[in-house]
Amino acid sequence: MKQRAFEERHAARWSAFSEQVAAIDALSGRRPLGDERDRLAGFPDAYRMICRDLAVAIERRYSPGLVDRLNRLALDGHRILYAHDTNLARRMRRFFARDFPRAVRRDWRAVAIASLLFYGVGGLIAALVASSPELVYSVMGAAELRAFEAMYDPSAEHIGSDRAAASDVQMFGYYIMNNIGIAFRAYAGGLLLGLGSALILVFNGLSLGALSAHVGHIGFEETFFSFVIGHGAFELTAIVLSGAAGLRLGGSIVAPGARTRLASLQHAAAESMSIVWGVFAMLVIAAVVEAFWSSKGSVPAEVKLGVGAGCWVLVFAYLLFAGRGDAETRT
Amino acid sequence: MSAADAEAYDTTGASLRFETPEGIDLVVRPAGPVARGLAFSIDESITWLGSAAVFAPLAFLGEAGVGVYLVIVFLTEWFYPVLFEVLRGGQTPGKSVMNLRVVNADATPIGWNASLLRNLLRVADLVPMFYLLGLASMCLTRRFQRLGDLAADTLVIHVADPAPARPVSEDAIDHAEALGAAPPPLPLSSEEQRALLGYAERQAGLSVERAIELSDVLAPLSGARGEAGRRALLRIANGVVGDG
Repeated sequence: MKQRAFEERHAARWSAFSEQVAAIDALSGRRPLGDERDRLAGFPDAYRMICRDLAVAIERRYSPGLVDRLNRLALDGHRILYAHDTNLARRMRRFFARDFPRAVRRDWRAVAIASLLFYGVGGLIAALVASSPELVYSVMGAAELRAFEAMYDPSAEHIGSDRAAASDVQMFGYYIMNNIGIAFRAYAGGLLLGLGSALILVFNGLSLGALSAHVGHIGFEETFFSFVIGHGAFELTAIVLSGAAGLRLGGSIVAPGARTRLASLQHAAAESMSIVWGVFAMLVIAAVVEAFWSSKGSVPAEVKLGVGAGCWVLVFAYLLFAGRGDAETRT
Repeated sequence: MSAADAEAYDTTGASLRFETPEGIDLVVRPAGPVARGLAFSIDESITWLGSAAVFAPLAFLGEAGVGVYLVIVFLTEWFYPVLFEVLRGGQTPGKSVMNLRVVNADATPIGWNASLLRNLLRVADLVPMFYLLGLASMCLTRRFQRLGDLAADTLVIHVADPAPARPVSEDAIDHAEALGAAPPPLPLSSEEQRALLGYAERQAGLSVERAIELSDVLAPLSGARGEAGRRALLRIANGVVGDG
């Protein structure tokens, strides 16, 4: 059959398909109703016919223009038919109830190493600074230390910030930008064979450990720990988890197992995204707590410590026990 | 349809073919560093201007405004591309201008996980500065993928310009009815027929001099040179296609 005859025979169907594609795109993801449903019925069948036409056109060596046009129609159909589930509410519910805690338990080895790098190093430096106070200056400079001391002075009205009358919202914005940025970089650094993540974990562990010991020396421990403990459950855990996800990325390149390095990286990256989203959520919570609760000088320290301890228990219980016991359903 | 058949249509060699569940090969053209770099510059300008524009009114609200501004800066830094890629069919404004689209490696639309992943790992692509690692990766992989694309298994592809770049005047189009059709003087293989049809289809985009330059190559087939040769070739093409 000559090309023109082929085109004439099928032209009506191709333009009808084009119109259906445009109509579906105009829906922007919402469900079609009534009339629209009728008009769009049979779209998958129409797409299969387009695929057949494309295959025929190529086989019969029709002109590149025709093949290109059919290819574009097929790409549109492919793009529409293989789009993802965008029901956000359902996905979020399933994520927090099940996917996130399971992902953390699945990667427990990476979490263990990350915890060691963070808390282990932190604990070590804390012990060292406790015995030799001057060691704190090898971790941070004198000016920075003064700024920190000013933040945790028990007589301050607003703890944890260096601006006396800083608005809570301002600090919230700062914590969001700063802490989540650190966590994302701790994750992305894993691509550099895990070294970026390890460095960020160690560095932050050093700061925290040195500071914890230092406040003991100057008697600020009540303010410091009551401030940190409230949001620490979310923030410190989140940093460790994002570092763990980064270590998993690096490990997948260094030790790909039975896959190629690229396939191993892609697999690890896809799986670790569950942790990244969870880290993001935890750090938003941490920022809220840190900005609007931890810094209040008016709340007694005992209350903060109690609530903070409760948060730690909550976080650990969530990560250890949530999402267990469901049947393994695939969706 | 065999792979060899489909491959015959790939004249530039810069296309990617992948097989769909329907058993056909679809073709996409991955975009290189230049187009992507330009799209990125456009996006950076937009976010920079947007942040500056938003800052002034927020500063008015005092410290609370600064807090909101910092949240906006954070969201813009990490989520501006993600939101556009997932909700706007893989196109940030910069990519839209450059006619690019981000898709999964199997040409399906990009989802939340893949989009966040490739944008988070941008941090690694920046190393040591100015996206050097990302550029190296794009030049070394077959599909112009930077590190974020490799990990997320995504591509940036060219999409066809929906409107023609310049309007084609009626005079430039040789109507089939006016020219008529002629049978080819000797049997043409299917490859040759396809090449001839391709030439005929490109007439609108070629200058007359260039079209004649090309048709002169086939002077033995058309039996004439210059403008007469070009028209003779087009008549043969019409015959192949079934016009006239």
